[in-house]
Amino acid sequence: MTLQDLLMLDLPPLLAALLAGGTCGLLGSFLVLRRESLVGDALAHAVLPGIILGFAVTGVASGLPMLAGAMLAGLAAVGLIAVVQKAARLDPGAAIGAVFTTFFAVGLVLIEVTGARSVDLDLDCVLFGQLETLVWTEGRSLAALVDPAALAALPRQLGLMAGVAVAVGLTVAALWRPLKLICFDPGYAAALGLPSRGLEIGLAMMVAAAAVAAFQAVGSILVVAMLVCPAAALRLMTDDYRTQVLGGAALGAALGGVGYALAGPVPAALGIGVALNAAGVIGTLGGLAVAAAALARRRASVTPRPAEPALPGSAPGSA
Amino acid sequence: MLIPYNTLVVLLGCALLGVAAGTVGTFALLRGRALVADAIGHAALPGVALAALVVGAVGADPRSLPPLLAGAALAGLLGVLAVQALSRTGRIREDAAIAVVLSAFYAAGVALLSWLQTRPGAAQAGLSKFILGQAAAMRAEDAIIAAAVAGACLLVVLLAFQALRAASFDPDFARVQGLAVGRVDLLLLGLLVVVCVAGLQAVGLILVVALLVLPAATARLLTHRLPRMLAIAAAVGAVAGAGGAMASAWRPEVPTGAAVVLAAAAMFSLALLFSPGRGLLARGAIRLRRRLSADTDHFLRAAWEAQEAAGAGPGTAGDRWASIESVAATRGWTPGRARRLARWLALRGLVACAQGHVHLTPLGATAARRAVRAHRVVEHHLLAAGAADIASADRLADLVEHGLPAEMAARLLPEPSALPDSPHALGKGTP
Repeated sequence: MTLQDLLMLDLPPLLAALLAGGTCGLLGSFLVLRRESLVGDALAHAVLPGIILGFAVTGVASGLPMLAGAMLAGLAAVGLIAVVQKAARLDPGAAIGAVFTTFFAVGLVLIEVTGARSVDLDLDCVLFGQLETLVWTEGRSLAALVDPAALAALPRQLGLMAGVAVAVGLTVAALWRPLKLICFDPGYAAALGLPSRGLEIGLAMMVAAAAVAAFQAVGSILVVAMLVCPAAALRLMTDDYRTQVLGGAALGAALGGVGYALAGPVPAALGIGVALNAAGVIGTLGGLAVAAAALARRRASVTPRPAEPALPGSAPGSA
Repeated sequence: MLIPYNTLVVLLGCALLGVAAGTVGTFALLRGRALVADAIGHAALPGVALAALVVGAVGADPRSLPPLLAGAALAGLLGVLAVQALSRTGRIREDAAIAVVLSAFYAAGVALLSWLQTRPGAAQAGLSKFILGQAAAMRAEDAIIAAAVAGACLLVVLLAFQALRAASFDPDFARVQGLAVGRVDLLLLGLLVVVCVAGLQAVGLILVVALLVLPAATARLLTHRLPRMLAIAAAVGAVAGAGGAMASAWRPEVPTGAAVVLAAAAMFSLALLFSPGRGLLARGAIRLRRRLSADTDHFLRAAWEAQEAAGAGPGTAGDRWASIESVAATRGWTPGRARRLARWLALRGLVACAQGHVHLTPLGATAARRAVRAHRVVEHHLLAAGAADIASADRLADLVEHGLPAEMAARLLPEPSALPDSPHALGKGTP
């Protein structure tokens, strides 16, 4: 493996995995703490029709139109979930299940109807992600790293991801305390006069934006793994808000980087002819991280009582 | 038009699958476990991939369905157990556990699929149809397997109906009655796994949850009674399943799962809008009618009290003209809103309008008298009970008086009796 290969073929996907993992990991903690993990699941699916429409209207497969479409779709989904839940008196889970599957199905049909399929938004991208297809054609030498013209040839998706990552990071930093309040004591937050509803919608919009940015790297469904797994693992390990949120972001980025490396470059470097889908490996690692955290927690919490025998099926994600 | 035998069998199989999904989904919905099906569906992917690997390794027919479904069922079961194990940590609630399990298992499946594709042999061919469903690719024997599994589910539901009903509606009571609710829950989870697996080929593992949730949610909007709910959910599921299969035969490139979900979602949307009891339109109409009747009462009372304030005695008010502006000022309405209300009341024959003033008709005077009585009696009751001071009694009465059930109103305000005096001064400026 040459330096040129590294720059052209491995750097963009690695950056994408780090950015997507970090952004999703950062936001995931708020979802898990607010008991809204399934809203993350729903948003990851529900942005699909928005992405496709944004693409179909402008014909450009990246950037702001898709982001705008996705955020609109996310807003519509969140609103519809609330309406359905109230009107049909369903429990939140069922309302979420009814709405996001419908949005996802609309997205799937739109892919066929709008002809988005023929370009680079095909079903495989939605289902499996296409981290491996991000290449930097100008990355011929280290000098390209400081050459503006060469940097401009980096995949457009990376720009979107970086932008969303910065925006989400700044927003979370600016709203650190209000977000903490709506996570732990929404009632108190409302009593303080915080615009809880606005914060909740803002959070949903950030998740939708992160889902779109990560969508092209890891696909609709594996975004869920990036959102929830790091946060759930940290939830098993810490009670500290700061550790939870920042640790979630760090773990997400780490899972992204390690997962990408394990999927292709490392086996290749070792001479093993196996290349796995990077998004799949990242998600699997996320599940293993949660399982490891759960096992470590069980071991740590064993009291002087005789140890209980391990229950079957206590290792999620081990398949 | 003659439907080919294969298509017909697939159509009927998908319809029966929809019936089973609607029925099992109803109990899952009532028990609050609907989204577990999402975890089961996604978790099936690594099972299908591993089964394909094994089938390929032993050289059996890779198109044979049962081993793949068995793999899917095992993986789905493992997924359910993983959700329960994670929930038992007490740290991760069930929703987060579901999200973790569905995404991690699916990711493992994706990684496995990508590995399978690099191996020689046709084992992985067509596995992606399990992800989004492709009814058009189903053979008659596949449909018969799915239908048999669905039929077995239905049978189990019928046999265990009493236990499922008890556990769904009042688990605590059922437990006290000696029902092993834990075992009923296990049965329900088992049924969910089986239905999800049976639906893999027709609906696909990502959207199979919709076939369980949407028909049941549609039925929930339309009825309160369990037998009727089951029947409606089964019918919606059947139509969605058959519709998806037809769409797949007509346009094979559209994922069948999407077609099934959209058919079910269309029926759900219709119910959400037009359901007589819970639909958005019915509820909107009820709200509008309530607001209008409260506004009518307020307008008539304000018109009546404006005349009292202008010097008419309690018994004789109603014979003079009251300005719409003063009504608006009393109620805190905009003049436009008061004028619109006045026109509406004139249409209904309750007032006569002229030059910005209203005059109560005999019908209107009766209604106004009733509204004034209701308000004042509630006010006096609140004051007598020491529940409020004079100003807040006025406001509280505004909230209470319109919702009084007829029987209670009759008890509070026995007719005929003299109209009570207002406890507070009347005229402009009073709220």
